[in-house]
Amino acid sequence: MRHRATLTALLLLASVAAASAVEPRERLADPALESRARALSKELRCLVCQNESIDDSNADLAHDLRVLLRERIAGGDSDAQALQYLVSRYGEFVLLQPPVAPATYALWFGPPAVLALGAVGALLYLRRRRATAVEPEPLTEAERRRLARLLKDEA
Amino acid sequence: MCFGALAVGRRNHMRRLLYLLPVALFVVLIAYFAAALRPGRDPSTLPSALIDKPAPDFDLAGLAGMPGLSRAALDGHPAIVNFFASWCVPCRAEHPLLMRLAEQEHVPLFGIAYKDKPEDAAGFLVRLGDPYHRVGLDQSGRVGIDFGVYGVPETYLIDSAGHIRYRHVGPLDRDSIERELLPRLKEIGG
Repeated sequence: MRHRATLTALLLLASVAAASAVEPRERLADPALESRARALSKELRCLVCQNESIDDSNADLAHDLRVLLRERIAGGDSDAQALQYLVSRYGEFVLLQPPVAPATYALWFGPPAVLALGAVGALLYLRRRRATAVEPEPLTEAERRRLARLLKDEA
Repeated sequence: MCFGALAVGRRNHMRRLLYLLPVALFVVLIAYFAAALRPGRDPSTLPSALIDKPAPDFDLAGLAGMPGLSRAALDGHPAIVNFFASWCVPCRAEHPLLMRLAEQEHVPLFGIAYKDKPEDAAGFLVRLGDPYHRVGLDQSGRVGIDFGVYGVPETYLIDSAGHIRYRHVGPLDRDSIERELLPRLKEIGG
C-alpha cells in the first residue's frame, strides 16, 4: 500500500517535470514529426518572455509559433529550413543557442581564451618564483645559541 | 653592459605597462556597463531582422465594407505601417499621436489590426478616430510573424522600393516620433 503511494507520487512528479505549454490540439498526428517539432521548439526563444523557449511559454505568440513550426514540419521542411524560416523573421536572437559564426566567436571562445590566458599567467608566475626561490641560509653558531636560549626561556 | 642595462630598463617598462592592464580592462568594462545602463534603453527591445530587406508579401481583408490592405499598396512611395489592436492598452496611448502624424505628414499611414476581431478593431477606430489610410485585418497573426512582430504596437517605415528601413517596438511617444521616426522618414523621402 505504502509502495503504491510512493509510486503514485513519483509518477505525478514525473508528469510535472514533463509538462510544457504544448496544448493537445497543437500536436501533430505523426509521432515522429511531433517529436521533431518538440525538439525544435525547445531551441526557439519566445520573443515575449525572452528567457523561455516556445515549448515552455504560455504566451500567445509562442502558441502561434508552435503551430507555425508544426505546419512547416508537416509541410516537408527539414529542421534547418524550419529554423531558418523563423531566423529570417526574428533574427538569430530567436535561437536559444547562438550559432558559431564570426560574429559570435567572442561569445563562444572568449571564456576559454580568458581561462587559457590566466593559466599561462599562473604558470609563468609559478615558474619564475621557483627559479628565484633561494634556500634560507643556515643559522650561524651565535644565532643557534640565541635560539636555544630563547626556547629554554619559553619553557 | 650598456646593452644589458637597456634590456632591463625595457623589461621594467613592460612590467609597468602590465600592471596598468587591469586598470585598462576596468575602464573598458565601465564603458560597456555605462552604455548598457544608459537611461531610456530597454534591453528587451530587439533589432528587426528585416531592416533594409523587402517588406513581406501580404494580402489582408479590410474592415466591414472597406477595402483591404495588400503589399502592393506600399509600392512606389514611402509608407508607415502600424500594427495595432483594440485589446492593446499601449496602442490607445499612442493613438492620439498617430492621429496627429496622419494630419501633419503626407506619407500614408497604414494600419494592420493584429489578432483582433473585425468588429472590435472597427469599434476602436470609430471611438478614437481613424488615422489610417487603409486598414488590413491580420486575424491569424501570420502577417505579424512575417514582419517579425513580437508585441503590438509596432511601427515600420517602408521606403519607396518596398524595403523596411526602421522599426519601432512599443508605443510611439513624442520623443521617439521627433527624434527617430520623422528624421528617418525624411531620409527616405517622406
